[in-house]
Amino acid sequence: MKTAVLVFPGSNCDRDLAVALERATGRRPEMVWHRDTALPSGLDLIGVPGGFSYGDYLRSGAMAARSPIMQAVIEEAGKGRPVLGICNGFQVLTEAGLLPGALMRNANLTFVCRDADLTVANNRTMFSSAYATGEAIRIPVAHHDGNFQADAETLARIEGEGQVVFRYDCTVNGSAKDIAGLVNASGNVLGMMPHPERAAEPAHGNQDGRKLFDSLVGALATA
Amino acid sequence: MKARVLVTLKPGVLDPQGKAIHHALEGLGFAGVNDVRAGKLIELDVDDGTDDAAIEDMCRKLLANTVIENFKIERLG
Repeated sequence: MKTAVLVFPGSNCDRDLAVALERATGRRPEMVWHRDTALPSGLDLIGVPGGFSYGDYLRSGAMAARSPIMQAVIEEAGKGRPVLGICNGFQVLTEAGLLPGALMRNANLTFVCRDADLTVANNRTMFSSAYATGEAIRIPVAHHDGNFQADAETLARIEGEGQVVFRYDCTVNGSAKDIAGLVNASGNVLGMMPHPERAAEPAHGNQDGRKLFDSLVGALATA
Repeated sequence: MKARVLVTLKPGVLDPQGKAIHHALEGLGFAGVNDVRAGKLIELDVDDGTDDAAIEDMCRKLLANTVIENFKIERLG
């Protein structure tokens, strides 16, 4: 299984994501610089990592979403290529229009950095099939702009279509419907604020994020 | 030519920063402030003759996130 991780100026979870992907797939991901205009060929998954791309200038993820490499990602996502965006990666994917809604400043204005209790809201996605729907998991969050908002019509649609994959058990950042992660309508793009790559091996003291990577390997190895 | 782009949150979108500023104003004893909304002002120096459509395109593609924000363009001549 061949994967790639994008690297923007200000990304700081790119190597963590690469380690988690290498551990899950047995193959080291290609690291792709933001100025590149093309992705490596034959990719099974594109990872958009956490961090503070372009210093969060203008809006979190706004500049990265317009970078040269993201044009290639948008094209590939449109063809059904799986894309995983974590934290700043989630912000980039909403700014790029690959996911609905927007991630605003946390409602209480504070940077939140702690373990968050989540419930798996839908395990019928390629990102969550190794979990059970309703499973309680704990994954770390670390963000200032994780307050997911969308208009009422969009919220009703994503809820109705089962696009919400992870939900906070209690208020973490003010997100509408406590949404922590969601997929696009066709199910090949996932964005989530919590960091599964920080809870993926014994040394982390928590491996609740591991099943996300196992889900992808399961789905993509049989594809 | 200079143009100003005012980016504001759409009505109804919760504005935590505006709320915090409102509370701070109340804390300082300013009475009669009913609501505060915070936005952004972006000043552009563009070629003379740049038309509104071009600036609008900049707003839609980058300067504003139209999922949550409105924008207004002011020409300064």
